[in-house]
Parts: sequence; structure tokens; C-alpha cells
Amino acid sequence: MKSIDIVIVGGGPAGLAAAVAARKAGCDSILILERDGELGGILNQCIHNGFGLHTFKEELTGPEYAGRFIDQAMELNIDYKLNTMVMDISRDKVVTAMNRTDGMFQIQAKAVILAMGCRERPRGALNIPGYRPAGIFSAGTAQRLVNIEGYMPGREVVILGSGDIGLIMARRMTLEGAKVKVVAELMPYSGGLKRNIVQCLDDYGIPLKLSHTVVDIEGKEHITAVTIAEVGPDRKPIPGTEERYTCDTLLLSCGLIPENELSQSAGVEMSRITSGPVVNESLETNIPGVFACGNVLHVHDLVDYVSEEAARAGQNAVKYVKGELGTVSDSTKGRINLVATDGVRYTVPSTIDPDRMEENLTVRFRVGDVYKDSYVSVYFGDERVQHRKRQILAPGEMEQIIVKKQDLLARPDMDTITIKIEKD
Amino acid sequence: MEQRFLTCIGCPMGCQLTVEMDKGEVISVSGNTCKRGDIYARKEVTNPTRIVTSTIAVKGGDKARVSCKTASDIPKDKIFAVMKDINHAVCEAPVKIGTVLIPDVAGTGVSVIATRNIAKVS
Ligand SMILES: Cc1cc2nc3c(=O)[nH]c(=O)nc-3n(C[C@H](O)[C@H](O)[C@H](O)COP(=O)(O)OP(=O)(O)OC[C@H]3O[C@@H](n4cnc5c(N)ncnc54)[C@H](O)[C@@H]3O)c2cc1C
Ligand code: SF4
Repeated sequence: MKSIDIVIVGGGPAGLAAAVAARKAGCDSILILERDGELGGILNQCIHNGFGLHTFKEELTGPEYAGRFIDQAMELNIDYKLNTMVMDISRDKVVTAMNRTDGMFQIQAKAVILAMGCRERPRGALNIPGYRPAGIFSAGTAQRLVNIEGYMPGREVVILGSGDIGLIMARRMTLEGAKVKVVAELMPYSGGLKRNIVQCLDDYGIPLKLSHTVVDIEGKEHITAVTIAEVGPDRKPIPGTEERYTCDTLLLSCGLIPENELSQSAGVEMSRITSGPVVNESLETNIPGVFACGNVLHVHDLVDYVSEEAARAGQNAVKYVKGELGTVSDSTKGRINLVATDGVRYTVPSTIDPDRMEENLTVRFRVGDVYKDSYVSVYFGDERVQHRKRQILAPGEMEQIIVKKQDLLARPDMDTITIKIEKD
Repeated sequence: MEQRFLTCIGCPMGCQLTVEMDKGEVISVSGNTCKRGDIYARKEVTNPTRIVTSTIAVKGGDKARVSCKTASDIPKDKIFAVMKDINHAVCEAPVKIGTVLIPDVAGTGVSVIATRNIAKVS
């Protein structure tokens, strides 16, 4: 069996940034396996601008951002295989993959980096009985059809869900001559960025109806109309609020979910909240030498954070291969648990081993609701060490705090760090 | 006296801004929490601009379409004129990121450039 130091599953922005960082950290045996026909991942279909403000200090489109990382990977001669689907990863890091030229093959990896990204939540989000006529698409599928294939799914559109992909597609289809009649959002707030609400909906006079959902779909072969209604605090439709819209297309933009079938079958421990692996300070899963980064770990809205996180996974994988990462002590002694509570839904990482961490560690998290004039508080044990006032915190925006190694080493008996939202 | 209502896009606060205007001149901006809201509102009511992104048909390439963008922002009221030119354009492979696909699109003085590479296939 062929042996390779670091095998990276997925050639999107996460996989590319991990590969580039690993090469720069001195690893000369790296292989990216990508099931698609090109590198770049989801960014290839995200032709709008708004990528890379943090990393490159300019606003790039998705393909341009991917292009910068692909160029770096090519300059560093990083090996990759396209049209190659990873089928299985075993606990002892044997990666089984398949493509047309090599057929089924196996590689013994010293370290594996999971970078498979995420996929859209299935149609189950559309919680109405009956069968489905043609003309119903997920927003991401519509994005691929319009932007890659140059095919318009329809002319009169209703969108359910106000996540960023739905908003971006409302503008995209309007520019291509479609009439987007309404965007209905079940929640009382939009999960999309303010900028997208203004520039994708307000600019074109597309109404956003919060606390609304689809209650009926008409059409036998092809969709002909949908009815939406307002929902109460229990998220049940309120009778008498129905409005009917004729349309030939219904787009569903109901959120993203990490793609982790492979991780699960490898025995990677998963978080029920993020649907991604549980990782430690090194972005390492419960299987030593298996790392995770990007949308497979938790859904990111800014690709810049994906690249930064992935670079850390790449560097840590190199340390692991060289035997410099340090082993995780079997006992929980010396390991600090991160606790997310009072409005904080989760943290990445979930645990910190102070001996293995960098000088400054970025801990990312999301809140579960909209909070105004509140504080993000960090407790070391019972001691409050950070208390930062924030005008607004929203579920759509990823938050972060920084933890310093010296502060943890100074508290050898501490076993928990708690992050919570406080009113004062 | 005329009033315009806007949502600031500067940060997730999304402050609701009210701009008082008189004969096209901004008299006052209110509703903003910080200075950025004021700057945004003044630009948005006097000279709103946007970057337009889309795709253009390619002949002889390894892909049927190339993604593109206006090289800089264009006046907001020219968006559909720009789209019309983009939809009529056809280019030839190969194309590189940054290749000018339409010079001076819709009389804006701004060009439309490619945002991805397309290889030539024979
Ligand atoms: C519609 C949309 C709009 C966005 N807009 C913005 C924006 O305006 N600004 C911004 O900064 N960010 C934006 N983002 C977020 C950003 O693009 C993503 O966070 C980022 O692309 C995630 O990178 P990734 O590498 O983790 O995942 P992906 O890009 O999804 O890459 C994962 C790769 O893994 C491959 N793969 C999966 N399973 C396997 C397997 N079994 N074998 C082999 N390969 C496999 C896939 O084919 C894919 O290429 C947007 C995201 C989406 C979906
Ligand atoms: S005015 Fe300031 S605080 Fe309000 S949305 Fe704009 S940038 Fe944010």
C-alpha cells in the first residue's frame, strides 16, 4: 500500500489552505483528494464578490479567492487527484478512494485532514404534506445551474429561507430577468448578512417576510403557485394570514450542515450541535492524527476564517507527523473543557491542553439568539476574566475570543473555561 | 424637504437610518449609532454604486461560461444596462483571471473582467 504523510480529503478553500500551510511547515508528502473535476470547492459557484476582505484586504469573488490558493498550491507543487471520491477512512488512517483511472485504491496516511465542507439541509425543511411537483430547488442547486451551467430554472420565483445563499440567488435571478416575488423566513430574524438583505433584496424591491412559511404548493407536474402564511411564536401558521403567489420556481434556502458520513464511519466523535467533529486545541479529533477544518468542522460564513483555521490544521498535522505535537494524556488531567452556556451554543475547540496550545488560541463560537447591549463573558473556573460589551450579537455571525497560554499555565488546577452571554 | 429611509450595512446592528434631503442636498442623517452610518447614508443617497457580477458565454473553452465582474463599482441605476451588455457578449478561450471581456460596459467607463481561468480546448 502506498504511504503518504498527510492526506487531505476535499480540495475546497479549507483543503487548499491546509495543504499550503503543511508544505510551508516542511512536509513534502501531501496529497489532496477531491471528488469534483476541479479544485476550489463551493467557491467556484459563488461568483458574487465579498470574499477575502480579511485575508487579502480586497473584495474578491469566490472563484478569484479560490484561484489565489490554487495558484499557491501549484507553485508549491502539491499533489492532488481530481474526480476522486474518498469512500472510507479507517481508524488507523487507511484512506480508501476511487476514480476512473486508478479504480479503487488505498493509501496509508500518517495524518488525515478532513476538509469535506458542508451540504444544504434537505427538503425536509419544507414541512408540508403531499408530493413535490418539478420546479423546487435548493438555493445552492439553483446557484450551480445559473452560474456554472448558465441555465435559468425559472422566471417567477418564491424563496423560502433567508440564509445568505437564498439572498444571493434572489439578486442573481433578478439580474437574469426573473421576477422574485417574495422571500419568506420562518424565524423573526434573518440568518443572512445585513449587507445581503440590503444589496440583494432592498436594491430590487424584493419583500422579506419574517415569521412566514410556505403552507401550500400548487401544481401537478410543475409548480404553479405557493401560499405563504404568517406564523405565531409557536411557529405554527396563523389562519387568515395566507397569501398566494403564482410562480414556476420555489427555492429552499434552509441552511447548511457539515458533511460527515466519512468522519462518522471512521469513528470520529461528533458534536450534536455543530454536526461536526469534536476537536481539541490542535483541531485534532478524538482519533490522534485526524484533523478537521472548514465547513466540515462547523459552518462558516466567512471564507477568511476557513483559510486561517485550515492553515492551523495543516501546521498541526505536520507537527503530528514529525512527532512534535505531543501526545494527549490518556487521563483528563491537564485538559481543560470549554463550556458553552447562557446563549452560547458551542465552541470550537471543545477542549484545550495548555501544553499543546499556541501562545494565543482563537476560540470560535455562535450565539443562539439575537442579543443587544450584552456582554460576552469568559470564566476561568469561577473567576470572570473577560467581560466585553457588545451592541449586538446574532446567530448569523461567528464570534471569537482569544485565550492566552500563559494565563492557563498560571492556573494548573483549572479544569473548565466557560463562555456565556450576560446582561451586565 | 424629503426623507429617505435606509438600513446601514456597516455592521450586524443594521441601524435604520433616516436622511433628510433638500433639493438633492443632505441636510441631516439620524438613526446611526456610529460615524460609519453617516458616511454610508451620504454616499448611498447621493451616489450609490455597486459591483456587478455575472457570467459570460465562452467559445472553445473547457467550460461553457466564465464568471466575471465590473472592475470597479458602477452607478446603481446602470446595473441592468450592464447586465444587458454582459448577456450579449461572447468571448473566446483561453481566458485568464483579470482578462478584459467588455471594455467600457454600458458607457460607464468601467470594464468587465474575468474572475476565473478558462483553458482552450481544441
Ligand atoms: C452560497 C454560499 C455563499 C457564500 N458567500 C460567502 C461570502 O460572500 N463571503 C465569504 O467570505 N464566504 C462565503 N461563503 C462561505 C465560504 O465559501 C465557505 O465557508 C467555504 O467555501 C468553505 O470551505 P470548505 O473548504 O470547508 O468547503 P467546500 O468549499 O464545500 O469544499 C469541500 C470540498 O470537499 C470535497 N469533498 C467532499 N466530500 C468528499 C469526498 N468524500 N471525497 C473527496 N472530496 C470530497 C467537495 O467536492 C468540495 O470541493 C459562502 C458559502 C456558500 C455555500
Ligand atoms: S451606523 Fe454604525 S453601528 Fe449602526 S449599522 Fe452602521 S456601522 Fe453598525
